[in-house]
Amino acid sequence: MKITDLRVDIHGRQILKGVSVTLHEGRVHGLAGESGSGKTMTGLAALGLLPHGARATGEILHNDRNLLELPAKELNKVRGGEVAMVFQDPATSLHPMLTIGRQLTEHMRHHLGLGKAEARARAVELLGKVRIPGAGEAYGRYPHQFSGGMRQRIAIAVALACSPRVLIADEPTTALDVTVQAGILRLLRGLCDELGLAVLLVTHDLGVMSAVADEVSVMKDGLIVESGPRSHVLRTPDHPYTRSLLASLPESPLAPAPDEERS
Amino acid sequence: MKTTGTRARHPLARFLIRRILIALLLAWGITLVTFVLTNMVPGDPVAANLGQRALGDPAIVAQWKAEHGLDKPLPEQYLLHLQGILQGDLGTSQQSHRPVGDDLAAFVPATLELAGAAILISLVLGVAFGVVAALRRDRLPDHLLRVLSLIGISVPTFWLALLAFYVFFYRLQLTPGSGRIDPGMTAPGPITGLHTLDAALTGQWDVFASAVGHLITPALVLALYTIGLLTRFTRSAVLEVLGQDYVRAARAKGLPGRTVLFRYVLRSALVPIITVAGLAFGSLLSGTVLVEAIFAWPGVGQYAYKSATSLDLPAVMGVGLVVGVVYLIINLIVDVLYGIIDPRVRLQ
Repeated sequence: MKITDLRVDIHGRQILKGVSVTLHEGRVHGLAGESGSGKTMTGLAALGLLPHGARATGEILHNDRNLLELPAKELNKVRGGEVAMVFQDPATSLHPMLTIGRQLTEHMRHHLGLGKAEARARAVELLGKVRIPGAGEAYGRYPHQFSGGMRQRIAIAVALACSPRVLIADEPTTALDVTVQAGILRLLRGLCDELGLAVLLVTHDLGVMSAVADEVSVMKDGLIVESGPRSHVLRTPDHPYTRSLLASLPESPLAPAPDEERS
Repeated sequence: MKTTGTRARHPLARFLIRRILIALLLAWGITLVTFVLTNMVPGDPVAANLGQRALGDPAIVAQWKAEHGLDKPLPEQYLLHLQGILQGDLGTSQQSHRPVGDDLAAFVPATLELAGAAILISLVLGVAFGVVAALRRDRLPDHLLRVLSLIGISVPTFWLALLAFYVFFYRLQLTPGSGRIDPGMTAPGPITGLHTLDAALTGQWDVFASAVGHLITPALVLALYTIGLLTRFTRSAVLEVLGQDYVRAARAKGLPGRTVLFRYVLRSALVPIITVAGLAFGSLLSGTVLVEAIFAWPGVGQYAYKSATSLDLPAVMGVGLVVGVVYLIINLIVDVLYGIIDPRVRLQ
């Protein structure tokens, strides 16, 4: 997937001012930046999920088609089918009143035309793949019967159900305990390698970034200020903003006093 | 992962049984409250029912009291009352001299038919209007529906009833007049006591058409308030759910818009809608008194009014009990619907 010169404005206010990112199969592209820098908007734009009143221009090329120009019906085939998304908070991104089996299979049946039994078999297999213990039994349960980390694993399984080629993960570990975060990141990395997924990992956490990303782009005020291989961007940053982000990490020797909270 | 292994195998059944037990307890409470309230009302049923001369004769007063069980102490009266209810005996009306149970059996179905039709109309139209208003937010349909619901909520029912009767019956002659069926027709059944249902069950389609024709105007008049209420509540409930992450997640899965709306949005929005609908049914029941009077609908509202003004205590208690039990059943239905819709309620 190749995003070129993506511009988004909402009610006349420019949110993205020309963002370009290229995702490659089997590689994790980290998109960093503080809140309001436009990282989440970039992810949402890729699926045509921008909020009401937003207008996007530019190009999001996937399989030689510009997703921004696709009619709604075609876009719906891409969503979930070729490009999938994992959201920040697994407590709210799964419907509380539907079994996880239902949420895992409904788009499989819709996109792939699978029968009930086939979809179920694949769903149980997916639950095993994201390491949910007792996958067969978990199938009939509801989201509130799982912990946060387990829910995010389920959300990842939901995203992977139709074998997408691109996965957009919007702050997938932000709402989770630090100990659980590492597990989710390992899972994402593993799936990316195993399935050859192109992953766009949106996060404000440079620690998360350094753990899994191959390439890193740093965003500020709707623009990408620096982009390149992880080791280059995180070790020898060129842009002063990247340097200030790195300096704000608690383990950094340049770390500020604890009351200056990182956002 | 939270363990759920020891959870009962039939959570819904257990949930149901618990709710029904609570409802029974509340039903007993209703008998106590109606009894106490009725007996605390200032006013002497003896004075209300006997003539001047009879009142002057202590022997007649004592005999009348004994006849109606009023000579016994209150706790004993209550126990006798409770025993009667359990045996299906609600006492004898001092006005009609018929068993209160028979009176209620004659009047309650008419009111239930009216209120039931009204709540059905309100649910269908109110929810549909609310969804349309939410999906077309701040556009023409939303503005029009806002005006309609405002009218529905603010126009007094009795005035609307008079207006509808005048316009549709008297001027336009579109609807049949008062009563439940055309004069000259024999009431069907009685199987359920609801003329529309009984006529349909016995295949008397001309009677069915007449009953529906008579029902539609008072039911619509009665429903307008709840339609307005449900439109407003549905709109805000749907708007709130539309902003939820799981709706965005459902769109991100590429599900068709209709699936997202019905499976994801409406399912969540139904919880507040059902709550309001249950409460609205209460206001509907009290609204029936006026609508019944204007459309000459032989319902329980008329009966309650006549009994209360003549201090016919058994009849008043009977009406209180029936209305209380209807509320209880509505609440039970609402509770059970919560449990069916929301697994978090059922599995707790």
